[in-house]
Amino acid sequence: MTMGIPILEVMDLHAAYGRIEVLRGVDLVLPRGAVVALLGPNGAGKSTLLKVISGQMKPTSGDIHMAGVSVEGASTEELARNGLCTIPEGRSVFPNLTVEENLKLVSYAGVPADKVLETAYAYFPRLDQRRHQLAGTMSGGEQQMLALSRALASDPALLMLDELSMGLAPLIVEELYDTVAQIAETGVSILVVEQFARTALRVSDYAAVMTGGRIVATGEPDEINAKMSDVILGGAA
Amino acid sequence: MSSLLSFTVLGIFTGAAYAIAASGLVLTYSTTRIFNVAHGAFGMVMAFVYWDFSQRQHIPAWISLGLVLLVVAPLVGLFVQRFVTRGLGDAPVSVSLVVTVGLFVGLIGLAQQIWPPAARSVPQFFNQAGFAIGSVFVTYHQLLTIFLSAMVAAGLFLLLNRTRVGTAMRASVDNPELLKLYGGQPGVVAALAWAIGTSLAALAGILLTPVIGLDYYDLTLLVINAYAAAMLGRLKSLPLTFAGAMTLGILQSYAVAYLPSSGDLSGMRAVIPTLFLFAVIILMPQAQLRVGQVKGIVSAPLPQVRRSLVVGAAVVVLVALLTLSLSSSDVLLAGTAATYAMVMLSLVLLTGYGGHVSLAQFTFAGVGALAWAKLDSPNLLGLFLAALIAGAVGALVALPVLRLTGLYLALSTLAFGVLMDKLVFQASFAFGFNGSMPAERLSLLGITVSDGGTYVLIMTIFFVAMAVGLLQLRRGRLGRILIAMRDSPAACGTLGLNMRWFRVALFGLSAGMAGLAGALFAGLRQTISATDFQLFASLPLLLIAVVCGVTSVTGAGIGGVFLMMLPVLQSNYPRLAGLAFVVIGFGAVALGRDPNGLANLLFALGRKLQDRLWPAVTDRMPALPSLPLPGLLNRGEEGQIGKHRHDDGPTWTDRLMDETQVVATEEVAGHGASRG
Amino acid sequence: MALLEVDDVVVQFGGVTAVNEARFALDAGRVTGLIGPNGAGKTTCFNVITGLQKPTSGHVRYEGKDITSMQPHRRAKRGMARTFQRLEAFGSLTVRDNVRVALDIHYGLRGLLQRTPTSSVDSLLERVGIAEYAAERADSIPTGTARLLELARALAGEPKLLLLDEPSSGLDESETDDFGDLLRELAAEGRAVLMVEHDMDLVMTVCDEIHVLDFGHIIASGTPAEIRANRRVQEAYLGQADEEDHPSAVDETTVLDPVTTEIPAVR
Repeated sequence: MTMGIPILEVMDLHAAYGRIEVLRGVDLVLPRGAVVALLGPNGAGKSTLLKVISGQMKPTSGDIHMAGVSVEGASTEELARNGLCTIPEGRSVFPNLTVEENLKLVSYAGVPADKVLETAYAYFPRLDQRRHQLAGTMSGGEQQMLALSRALASDPALLMLDELSMGLAPLIVEELYDTVAQIAETGVSILVVEQFARTALRVSDYAAVMTGGRIVATGEPDEINAKMSDVILGGAA
Repeated sequence: MSSLLSFTVLGIFTGAAYAIAASGLVLTYSTTRIFNVAHGAFGMVMAFVYWDFSQRQHIPAWISLGLVLLVVAPLVGLFVQRFVTRGLGDAPVSVSLVVTVGLFVGLIGLAQQIWPPAARSVPQFFNQAGFAIGSVFVTYHQLLTIFLSAMVAAGLFLLLNRTRVGTAMRASVDNPELLKLYGGQPGVVAALAWAIGTSLAALAGILLTPVIGLDYYDLTLLVINAYAAAMLGRLKSLPLTFAGAMTLGILQSYAVAYLPSSGDLSGMRAVIPTLFLFAVIILMPQAQLRVGQVKGIVSAPLPQVRRSLVVGAAVVVLVALLTLSLSSSDVLLAGTAATYAMVMLSLVLLTGYGGHVSLAQFTFAGVGALAWAKLDSPNLLGLFLAALIAGAVGALVALPVLRLTGLYLALSTLAFGVLMDKLVFQASFAFGFNGSMPAERLSLLGITVSDGGTYVLIMTIFFVAMAVGLLQLRRGRLGRILIAMRDSPAACGTLGLNMRWFRVALFGLSAGMAGLAGALFAGLRQTISATDFQLFASLPLLLIAVVCGVTSVTGAGIGGVFLMMLPVLQSNYPRLAGLAFVVIGFGAVALGRDPNGLANLLFALGRKLQDRLWPAVTDRMPALPSLPLPGLLNRGEEGQIGKHRHDDGPTWTDRLMDETQVVATEEVAGHGASRG
Repeated sequence: MALLEVDDVVVQFGGVTAVNEARFALDAGRVTGLIGPNGAGKTTCFNVITGLQKPTSGHVRYEGKDITSMQPHRRAKRGMARTFQRLEAFGSLTVRDNVRVALDIHYGLRGLLQRTPTSSVDSLLERVGIAEYAAERADSIPTGTARLLELARALAGEPKLLLLDEPSSGLDESETDDFGDLLRELAAEGRAVLMVEHDMDLVMTVCDEIHVLDFGHIIASGTPAEIRANRRVQEAYLGQADEEDHPSAVDETTVLDPVTTEIPAVR
């Protein structure tokens, strides 16, 4: 599984907002086809790391290689058109566009619009029923299905998910992660940022824990899981 | 009956042209969140370009039209988006207003420079040909306009709903960052919106020119009509915008038909869009307090009390010396500069401290002048009353917009300016059409100040007193609350401040200051007319105030002198008349992003001098006791121009840029909800 | 009678339900914690209570009076004060002037006649422990300090109900301890304190009662000890465990097995 060139390599990455250093030397390797969960408390820098990888924010130093090639200076749009699919935290669909219009925009990633619709509706019949509804009027779970449809239909090389579960009921979160597991089945490499540690660990091959702008632990999911409860709820449970 | 029908046809024609203009305004505003005050000015310039092609260079009308709509206008739109307005959508609304007002003034100047005033006309398409329906004659030009507006409606609908780039346009309204993650390009989308928007302004301008004439100002004011129509759709909905435009066109046409064409109500016809606008605004729902806006604006340093008194006294002495040596016409100019400086002080309060924009500050000065002349009691009480009346009028203008945000307040002042220009100032009970009114000079303690020089000195004292008072206000409770309101309305609300009334009071106070200046100006000139307070003069006033520094009283002083020199320059070099506007307008475009303006450069220079030269001077003259730095260059209390003064650890304002989780969901969803 | 009652409040944005029939009450003299995962609707609850957000349905009662549609400034006048998760300090004023503005607003017209005593500004700054920053511009101070500034500002209005949105983030360990003591003091003076907080050590040591909000709904209420032992809270924070009660045993095979391509439709 780890053979060949990793899909993503982050090397000694630093990034800052103004004078606050948020990333303080992040090293992370994502093998091709693997699912890696990135866990850690609020403010650890997980979302910032995703922003830097997706080109939305410039790092202050360090390198990012994708499939062995440095992506320094590449714009968000270029990366998106070349196989990077990022589903950001919270606002991951266009609320004032219909479901169908949201899906049509996926064609910027290089897949014909018809094919996108076909894939998405086949997988989520619920979206088919609501194709002319404004995305903003759907439930949070349905909105995230729509967001995941982009990942399903555009067949990205690397998928990055930021807090897919935010504000959703646990049952729905589980269903969404079933979809993530299926996407992973097709060979897509995935980086998952998630507050629900167990949920994320369930679908991942490896996990990394981030605090204070650094990766402080990496390992197999069950090793990491044993530690998480203490870290998050504080004290003995 | 047939006249009703023919006026209806005329109204539909006008409404169709408004609809074309308004849809362009909505398109640019909704995709880039920049309200283009210069929308009408673009239409005006493009109408001139069309005239140039078709009448001067004798290119066939249809080819000229095609060239303007498909080549010139889109290129101008692209250029403006790329180099002028890019990134303005995220700036405070006062900045984007100043920049587009800069375009507005700059474009008028440009048109005057390229096409100096002369009689020009643009014929209707199809040479006035037409057909009759019963007794009503409909020209093909009118029919074409109506047809084109339908085409524009259909075209925009198809673009926005049936094409990918149109969908991307709507997507970038929702969330441009997310569009990038999809691989779309918000920059391209914005450029396209501006290209189409400018082209639509051009089309509306060209279609209306045969009817309203090729005039720098009338075509430019098209923006108010377009804005009024667009407000019905809250600057978002295109169908409602079209409905608004049609209603407006027909109302205006009926007003022409059935309202008296002479007498005091003759101006009514010209102010229908304004009245329509106020009606729509009053019906708008309450805006909710927003959390997470821009905080902490670097502003000009606040001088110490002693220093401002010393500098104020120095200014009075300087002017006193000046008036001794000036000719009487130059004395008049000095008085004019003092007036302008006082009006700019009112903008320091409103814009510099309060963060609101008024596009009609001269109109309030005019109200003060009118009240002064009408009251005919040339003493301090009369002066006070004139200021009070102007202040009350200002508060009245702010009242309907009370519940809304800054953009709407600024645009209603523009509409108010038109209202006063056309309906009040020219009425017989006021200055009268092309008329003037006598005004007396102020008398103090029963002694009338007949000497011009002395009067100017008194005006200067008023300016200094207002400036010192303003600084005192800024140092005190009210000043602190003003800044607090600008920095965080949400925090002020939850601390218990009723901001609605505070805002009205702020607006009233600012208008009162302008009114006081107007009253003093009336006394200076001893005869005043409507042309002294035209709306259009308010725009260069605002721009010069911002360029010179609208956050400091020094900026107002410098700005007053600048603005006074403008007409002097124009009459000395008439060929450069338009150029002055070009320089001011495009100067504001370039400098408008920093409201601290030239004054702040002076402060920085002053500090440099003080830090570098002054020690050197005092070193060489060790015997001299240390003196305060003479001159106009104040030094701040702590020299806190820079935002960060110490380096121990991160600040929360940096931190805010790191978007936090919970707010995100709410905002997305909030967008969805606002659509209903 | 409770000081504040949140009664079946629902807030919907479009089709998304941010707060779903939330119901809780606050008493004077107690510190109450409101915890829950990201996006659970905590800040929205605060906005509803302080009037920055109109609820879709439900009521807020304060001192027995229905204040659901009351303007924010009126609620403040009745003794409500809050701090913000995304800070709302007045950046271009000094720290001292931030508090002075709050006092000015609190005293209103009365204050025009009598000067706001400088001593009360300084004592407020000292109380929250940021007196040394008094002359700094508020946009140049660190995050933790700015949060304490917002607290000082809120205290200027002598509130009966104090709502704190993530007040301790940005504070170091010893500052957090001092802050916890301050909260106890404020409650002992007879105020009701409601706090949204992610620092569980702080919540568990300071709060008398804790409400856990999950996808907009209160899923548990109780003392810190009860909350810590509550299994639903564990799930809300960490995600659901597997069917069996062995949270650490992740069954690799179920993950890697090909799953059916259909997933059951959501309710």
